[in-house]
Amino acid sequence: MSNTIQPEALTFECETGNYHTFCPISCVSWLYQKIEDSFFLVIGTKTCGYFLQNAMGVMIFAEPRYAMAELEEGDISAKLNDYNELKRLCLQIKRDRNPSVIVWIGTCTTEIIKMDLEGLAPKLESEIGIPIVVARANGLDYAFTQGEDTVLAAMAARCPKQVLEVEKEAKNGIQKLLSFGRKKEEVAAEKSEYVNHPPLILFGSLPDPVVTQLTLELKKQGIKVSGWLPAKHYTELPVIEEGYYVAGVNPFLSRTATTLMRRRKCKLIGAPFPIGPDGSKAWIEKICSVFGIEPQGLVEREEQIWNNLEDYIQLIRGKSVFFMGDNLLEISLARFLIRCGMTCPEIGIPYMDKRYQKAELEMLEKTCQEMGVRLPKIIEKPDNYNQIQRIYELQPDLVITGMAHANPLEARGINTKWSVEFTFAQIHGFTNARDILELVTRPLRRNNALKDLGWDKLVKEEAKV
Amino acid sequence: MKLAYWMYAGPAHIGTLRVASSFKNVHAIMHAPLGDDYFNVMRSMLERERNYTPVTASVVDRNVLARGSQEKVVDNIIRKDREETPDLVVLTPTCTSSILQEDLENFVERASQDTKGDVMLADVNHYRVNELQAADRTLEQIVKFYIKKAKKKGDLPEGKTEKPSVNIIGISTLGFHNQHDCTELKRLMADLGIEVNEVIPESASVHNLKNLPRAWFNLIPYREIGLMAAEYLESEFGTPYIDITPMGVVETARCIRKIQQVVNAQGANVDYEEFIDNQTLHVSQAAWFSRSIDCQNLTGKKAVVFGDNTHAAAMTKILAREMGIHVVWAGTYCKYDADWFREQVSEYCDQVIISEDNGEIGDAIARVEPSAIFGTQMERHVGKRLDIPCGVIAAPIHIQNFPIGYKPFMGYEGTNQIADLVYNSFTLGMEDHLLEIFGGHDTKEVIHKGISADSDLNWMKEAKAELNKVPGFVRGKVKRNTEKFARERGILDISLEVMYAAKEAVGA
Repeated sequence: MSNTIQPEALTFECETGNYHTFCPISCVSWLYQKIEDSFFLVIGTKTCGYFLQNAMGVMIFAEPRYAMAELEEGDISAKLNDYNELKRLCLQIKRDRNPSVIVWIGTCTTEIIKMDLEGLAPKLESEIGIPIVVARANGLDYAFTQGEDTVLAAMAARCPKQVLEVEKEAKNGIQKLLSFGRKKEEVAAEKSEYVNHPPLILFGSLPDPVVTQLTLELKKQGIKVSGWLPAKHYTELPVIEEGYYVAGVNPFLSRTATTLMRRRKCKLIGAPFPIGPDGSKAWIEKICSVFGIEPQGLVEREEQIWNNLEDYIQLIRGKSVFFMGDNLLEISLARFLIRCGMTCPEIGIPYMDKRYQKAELEMLEKTCQEMGVRLPKIIEKPDNYNQIQRIYELQPDLVITGMAHANPLEARGINTKWSVEFTFAQIHGFTNARDILELVTRPLRRNNALKDLGWDKLVKEEAKV
Repeated sequence: MKLAYWMYAGPAHIGTLRVASSFKNVHAIMHAPLGDDYFNVMRSMLERERNYTPVTASVVDRNVLARGSQEKVVDNIIRKDREETPDLVVLTPTCTSSILQEDLENFVERASQDTKGDVMLADVNHYRVNELQAADRTLEQIVKFYIKKAKKKGDLPEGKTEKPSVNIIGISTLGFHNQHDCTELKRLMADLGIEVNEVIPESASVHNLKNLPRAWFNLIPYREIGLMAAEYLESEFGTPYIDITPMGVVETARCIRKIQQVVNAQGANVDYEEFIDNQTLHVSQAAWFSRSIDCQNLTGKKAVVFGDNTHAAAMTKILAREMGIHVVWAGTYCKYDADWFREQVSEYCDQVIISEDNGEIGDAIARVEPSAIFGTQMERHVGKRLDIPCGVIAAPIHIQNFPIGYKPFMGYEGTNQIADLVYNSFTLGMEDHLLEIFGGHDTKEVIHKGISADSDLNWMKEAKAELNKVPGFVRGKVKRNTEKFARERGILDISLEVMYAAKEAVGA
């Protein structure tokens, strides 16, 4: 960590795109849980079904509100009529589950055979009386978490345009939650805790506890969150009027952001994402600054969180981390870990939206400069084979990677952390910073426990290179 | 179109990948969109594999749709040939590539001009065959390819091995207890004085496939994978094959007697009767178990069986014939091979169910309310819901079905394992039943040993609601930590803010 390194700017490279990641249809697994009155219908083949069945593990046995519309040979060759087939299945879903919305997930196959889901949906919707939202979350175009982006972008179009006067009070889910069971005067008193600012909508699917935490965090600054895309129920999608402000909570939501700006005429607050105490502070600061609010107590709060993390940070300070890249959280996580004192030679990432992630990239650059470490190489569409050669060369202390490579790397004495856990763990806001480090330090803590056993390389020398 | 939540057998390419990646130094390249390489995750997780799964994807994306994937596929094959120098690259079509209808055969041709290793296209139709059928077919295809190649080069070895020998065909990666079965079969062969000529595909080298004809006979332990290869070897070289699964005491004996017949027909002079007798009566515990009081208690108890052909058929016979258990129905998801299953089990159960629909199977279980279920992971979860114990006997399986300890289903040690599995499933049910009869577990609430047993603190409504969202097994800890935090600071009302502040302070 010498101060002699003076990097100029981040470098971006693009490799072959031969990398391992989850198919974007995996987003149904967390979205059906988040949107409690939804039903997700994935229109695809056995391959899609097999992936979901295996990737979702035990969740599949909990009678999930998702199913495959499994395409058969007759569907591919258009011997069967798409509309009639979908109608039959959707009526069955309506009968058995009666959801408030059916989300159709288009897949690679529906793309290739050019099934006009967007065209069929409105017709069928009016015929069966349930909203049908179409999201093309396919592996031809997107990776893993981008699936959520396609669904939320489609949902953005369904958000009500105007608040009905009568409903104004009841509509707001968050408000309702906070004032639950309290008297009117108290609620009225609470209202004045907010500064007068234009409505703010946050977008990105987070577990309910994290939604509450971030909402309270902004409330401390007098900022009221008027709504959240997605809400707990489809029927509670927030009102979005022209001129509303919106802010993203996750780095993979660029289509949703674009849709909110172009279609719904919202103003996007471009901020780093609230991952890590540094990111959380920057996120809140940016929102405050847009509304002309002087943030209160944020510096102390950040410092206090950092102090609480010290025992974990000691384990990783000065160590290096390599992101193979598969879920688009990589930039934010790297930025946080560098602030924790790690070095990071390479950040692999499936797709890099330099506009949507602008503030995050700037913060990464700034963090590197302040910590006096070399700027990482950002590799878009990485090539896993090449990456593994680089990992052998660099011998990083930790590789954040998918399950396909984790065990083989561990057997070769390289510490790994399974990347997908970062998508499902609660990692946002001040409160959850420790959970991120809990994940990151786990392999290091495990290896500290085993370190005297001499068992770090468990494969025989390979005959060939 | 059909509405599906769950499937028993995977898509075709999984079968091809299972066979290809079982061989040593064979690399599979999937012609597939991003995310379809989920096979690698399964192999790495379930089999706890130390090595990289030799499967890569030649990614089909928008550009490929626009321009065709020839260049990319050919480049990827050649590149893999350079990087890893595999003996064989198997180009594997997926459901996506099936509908693109590109001339993959032609790509293979082109690529093979520039590669040191061999290249072939797996000949499977995604919409017509499933994982198991595809695996069977791919194994046959690879065997055929290398036999033909050796013939052409004239280095096909002549004649049979000196001593009786066998090829064990169909052991593959991600197969249910395949590794353990393989070890047990090798041990059995050694006990019988039979040399193991080759085991395919697991850990085999394609260079050795030309030795296959040297075996006196082929053993096909699993109905699903290996039969096509065995039939090919029979038609090409007249090698007889034995497709009796040595699972259970009676079937193992039947398999061994068949081996005796086959090798004696080729001039050996062996008599295994004494061996069978000795194993059955004194070595394996299963026959004795059937006579014991333990097993007597199981007489007439109701069970249902569901799985792939091999395991469901063998289990049905074991339960009915060897343990006196009443198999109400037995079923398979191998619809394509249903006649065989019916023929095998009809006399051992009241009803045969052939279905790929887990809902139908779940309903059939609920209807008969058996004392135990023997099925796949899906049936295990149905059992959980209905409070019926379940022994897992077939794929689809989870990580706990890839045990590190030695747990074959085949041969004489297999009979012991199965006896344990059956007995444990039933007694668990019995134990629960007795607990209920005698008033259940001690249900008196455990006195809080935390520091905040009786709380003087006021949990505000939303905080209480939040606390209830915390998973049960840590809720007590979260509550104690929060109250401790509040008490230390003299806070009386616990609000959401206090809760989160406590979490931040203790980091739990």
